[in-house]
Amino acid sequence: MADRRLLQGNEACALGALAAGCRFYGGYPISPSSEIAEYMARWLPGVGGVFIQMEDEMASLGAVLGAALGGKKAMTATSGPGFSLMQEHLGYASLAEIPCVVVDVMRVGPGTGVPTAPAQGDVMQARWGSHGDRAVVALAPASVAEVYELTIVSFNLAERLRTPVVLLYDEVIGHMREGVRLIEPSPSDLWQRPQPDQRPGPDFRPYQPNSEGVAVLPDFGAGYRFHVTGLMHDERGYPTTDPVVVSRLLERLERKVAAVSDWVPPERYQVEDAEVVYVAYGITARMARQAVDHLRAMGVPAGLLRPRALWPFPAAAVRAATRQAQLVVVAEMNRGQWVYPVEHTVGHDVPVARCLKTGGEMITENELVEQAWSLCRAQQGVRVS
Amino acid sequence: MISVKQLLRLDMMPHILCPGCGHGIVMGAMLRVLARRFPNLDQVALVAGIGCSSRIIGYIDACTLHTTHGRALTFATGLKLARPDLTVIVVTGDGDGLAIGGNHLIHAARRNIDLTCILFNNETYGMTGGQSAPTTVAQAFTTTTPYGNAEPALDVARLAEAAGATFVARAQTFRPDLLEDVLDQAISHVGFSLVDVMTDCTEYFARKNALGTGSDLLFSHGRAEQDVAQDLLARRTLHPTESWPVRDAQPMGVLHRCRRPTLEEQLGLVDRQGESNHVAG
Repeated sequence: MADRRLLQGNEACALGALAAGCRFYGGYPISPSSEIAEYMARWLPGVGGVFIQMEDEMASLGAVLGAALGGKKAMTATSGPGFSLMQEHLGYASLAEIPCVVVDVMRVGPGTGVPTAPAQGDVMQARWGSHGDRAVVALAPASVAEVYELTIVSFNLAERLRTPVVLLYDEVIGHMREGVRLIEPSPSDLWQRPQPDQRPGPDFRPYQPNSEGVAVLPDFGAGYRFHVTGLMHDERGYPTTDPVVVSRLLERLERKVAAVSDWVPPERYQVEDAEVVYVAYGITARMARQAVDHLRAMGVPAGLLRPRALWPFPAAAVRAATRQAQLVVVAEMNRGQWVYPVEHTVGHDVPVARCLKTGGEMITENELVEQAWSLCRAQQGVRVS
Repeated sequence: MISVKQLLRLDMMPHILCPGCGHGIVMGAMLRVLARRFPNLDQVALVAGIGCSSRIIGYIDACTLHTTHGRALTFATGLKLARPDLTVIVVTGDGDGLAIGGNHLIHAARRNIDLTCILFNNETYGMTGGQSAPTTVAQAFTTTTPYGNAEPALDVARLAEAAGATFVARAQTFRPDLLEDVLDQAISHVGFSLVDVMTDCTEYFARKNALGTGSDLLFSHGRAEQDVAQDLLARRTLHPTESWPVRDAQPMGVLHRCRRPTLEEQLGLVDRQGESNHVAG
């Protein structure tokens, strides 16, 4: 079942959430994400869901986590300043293994910044914003259609892995309108958090992992009485300071999200024979794709690697796509963030250039082409016919 | 009736509370109320923040959620809206609930969501080593007020009532019988209920202020209670005492009670009698 509609990015996010089975939204207004809350406020009661506007962003994610433990698929949406305030609860949700989706519609920062101009400055905040070592899942759609699709994927990953999932896109994707073919997922396309197959009782181990490294999560009130805490805990959920238990827990949490790189693979555009490889995500990748065509027309074998899951870092895909490259250009709307793990992965044999832009404007096709072209001419080895 | 012992997670013992701490008295009163009201705690969720008081929920065999510092009420709000059929009780302390979490207390009261908030008020941060709290009385010594506290103490009961709580009570560890009665009424109340429980930190607050042992502190409550009775709740001055400083003599018991629609009723999640419309699954 599909119907084609002209949708705003934030509207597509709300529709994707409803299609994924989201039935709780706790939020706090902030540009440029507020439309998501407004649509959810309008639509959730009609499907038996609950919307609540909380008093701040800490409260928003707190309410989301409480609702998730009550059995609901739950989400919130925010932008940079609010995302900063949510970091403690994101870390809590990772450790307590509570599924939820947090959308960050990125705007120019730091500070209040430019509230309704696009940026990609929260990529590292998504990875390292919370204290401690945390396994992170963050997805980055590049179109309104993909916002819809990856919102559904975000809920599926959150439920399947019992973890918070961050959906990162910028103000332009949030506010622009595009035609979207809405494909309603069938119930079999939707993941639900794993449920226990044993009956309630004193032997129940709420944090005992299955073969995927994920523990079961019955709803509060379903008869399984268990303890959820942000303290390090054993398989019973009881607090512990045992160094072996603590380090094993952190290792398991990292291990369980590793498969996301395979489940949400990057888009590879003309990379097979590419000697100039753009690495770009979100809205920036769309200009990079045009730049690839432009360079190819000029005789430069160019390609694009567009990660859709930024975290965990898709190291194998980056390595494969840049193996034959003479030049890698990482393009992002910030002062250089995702470029760091790319540099680390590519190594010193291939130059990694940065095409960066801040200030609230998108990187243009011409800027991408000109930078790559001038670097190609300056550098021996790239085939310029 | 289920026994109090059956409600405990004995395999999580020993507990973390210090000798003489008043929190065990409050927990005991809570357990007796729960044992009387519920056949088991399958449908009872206890939600707590961070601090000594918040740790006690782990020892109770219910659905227990030990959250972040100050935010227990926000988790409880989401949980209650997702599952209005559950009895949701929030356990917090004075630092947790009034300093870092003060904003959430105001808004939970304003919404009149059907939660019971039990605030263990020992006028200090015990978990972190006895720092001053918004409830620390003026001039008291703590590790962060080495020259005496320059700030006045917050009256949470008046705050909660002003914010819209529909049940506000105060109790003290000196009178576990009255405490138990007040907790029972708070849990049965439909709407947001707050109980300010005066309890004591012997290890930090009492030692810093030479207030004596746990029993000395209990009896200082007793003296304050007599003052309240004699002055017909009018007394507002610092208690003149040989064991200075202690808290103002304060009115005890149910201080405010009214009925207005809960958030769940306004949202159509439960009907007017408080019956849940929740359908499992």
